[in-house]
Amino acid sequence: MNIPTDLKFTKNDEWVRVVDNVGTVGITDFAQEQLSDIVYVEIVVAEGDEVSQGDSCATLESVKAAADVYLPVSGKVVSVNESLPDSPEGVNTDPYGAAWMVKVELSDLAELDGLMDPTSYAAFLASKA
Amino acid sequence: MFIPHTEADREAMLRTIGVDRLDDLFQDVPADYRFPDLNLPPAQTEMEVMMELQRLANANEGISDLICFLGAGAYNHYIPAAVDAITSRGEFLTAYTPYQPEISQGTLQAIFDYQSLITALTGMDVSNASHYDGATAVAEAVTMAYAHFRGKKTKIVLSPSLHPHYRATVETYNQGTEVQAFTPEIDLSAGPDALLPYIDGSTALVIVQYPDFFGRIYNYTDLAEKVHAAGGLLAIAVNPLALGLLTPPGEFGADIVVGEGQPLGIPLSFGGPYLGIFATRKEYVRKMAGRLVGETMDNRGQRAYVLTLTAREQHIRREKATSNICTNQGLMALASTVYMSLLGKNGLQQVAELCYHKAHYAADQIAAIPGYSLWSNSPYFHEFVVQCPLPAAEINAHLLEHGILGGYELGKDYPGMENAMLLAVTEMNSKEEIDLLVDILSEAPHD
Repeated sequence: MNIPTDLKFTKNDEWVRVVDNVGTVGITDFAQEQLSDIVYVEIVVAEGDEVSQGDSCATLESVKAAADVYLPVSGKVVSVNESLPDSPEGVNTDPYGAAWMVKVELSDLAELDGLMDPTSYAAFLASKA
Repeated sequence: MFIPHTEADREAMLRTIGVDRLDDLFQDVPADYRFPDLNLPPAQTEMEVMMELQRLANANEGISDLICFLGAGAYNHYIPAAVDAITSRGEFLTAYTPYQPEISQGTLQAIFDYQSLITALTGMDVSNASHYDGATAVAEAVTMAYAHFRGKKTKIVLSPSLHPHYRATVETYNQGTEVQAFTPEIDLSAGPDALLPYIDGSTALVIVQYPDFFGRIYNYTDLAEKVHAAGGLLAIAVNPLALGLLTPPGEFGADIVVGEGQPLGIPLSFGGPYLGIFATRKEYVRKMAGRLVGETMDNRGQRAYVLTLTAREQHIRREKATSNICTNQGLMALASTVYMSLLGKNGLQQVAELCYHKAHYAADQIAAIPGYSLWSNSPYFHEFVVQCPLPAAEINAHLLEHGILGGYELGKDYPGMENAMLLAVTEMNSKEEIDLLVDILSEAPHD
């Protein structure tokens, strides 16, 4: 299971990478594997939206299931991955890279303290197994 | 097989929830209402009950007893005997969409054929497996448009010439939601342009009817462009039979096409079962409610049918699905499929032409009777509004005495139109019947 070291994680298997106060959000390798082949991605927030931690930012459909992606952080949406809906398979092949979903300018850095670091996330997954 | 709970099961359940007796669960119902005195007549034998029911049934006068000029959303058409023969086959009649649907290839193929015929008829990309009836299909269009804009647009503009029952159903479906569906008070004689002042950036959906409730035919291309320019969607409710003759609404730029499928081989009956047609463009397919059957290849390279894009549906997406009403009456979809297949493209066109020409003959004759006139001079299909010299209810009573089921009394839904009657003429009405109608209408004011 691929768990990059520069990310923070949620219990819903989303990740956030924070650089210069902007958090990039996506779903983890574990999540994409659970969902199996992703056939559809819909980003449900738009650039400029004020969003809160826990809001849905995207909907994923695989051949077997539909899932929402919840935001790990609050703030203002500064960018959405426009190309992802045209290549939903990217969520399976490159969940931590090309398949990022939205970028959020953080309004509350303290929220990051409530998220899991890679070690905790690895333990969290192990406990679910 | 249904296996009821045993006495032991019941006792275990009652113990679990801490109740002594089953009756204790009904304490909230006032005692007087728990076992009310039903005041029933003495018990009767099966034979007596049968005779009583027969007597009640014979008090009805149906379309086989009367000459019918009533339409207003449900129409008297000829249904070839083969429709009933095919849909009554055990394989179809008793089939319920199974929970492993792919096991029922025949059912899925019939639905796939239905979808294919509806898309061809409407000029749209995709059709679902149908809804309950025209009214619920219209309500589902509202739900879909609301879901499409993720709740950010809440205004729904309903044309006043959209069937009053469809508008009432939209209202029922949206009680307690953020959706604001309304019918602007505009001049009923005006065309679709009169809706434009009510369409703005918060409008999710505009719904018009084609032919409209008053039978009129409009080209909605311009309306579609303006709705799209304002960022909304356009739904057109159709009479599918009229599409045998008219330009498909897909060519106007409609985003959603809905309609009552009853004219396609489904008998008239009070309360249904009827057929709710729902078609849309490919880009909206994931927001569409209901079942969708697709064609594919199995692992032996044979053609096979599957339920496709099911992740849209309530059993997977649960509360986030566009709609939690995915049920249809599959047998009605099948009946329409058989009807359309038996008639074919030319047959459907022929039925539509017969309706059109007979209706126009009737309208011309009626308009020539002193005291009667046509309410509109817009092009129409097989239904038209007649202004009568007396209240339509009085005219209808007179017609009924002569064995004629007259038109829909528009005063019921449109205050001020008490003297107006909506008459429908189909291929079932002979020239003699139409001439009789004209004669009785001529006499009506003098009786």
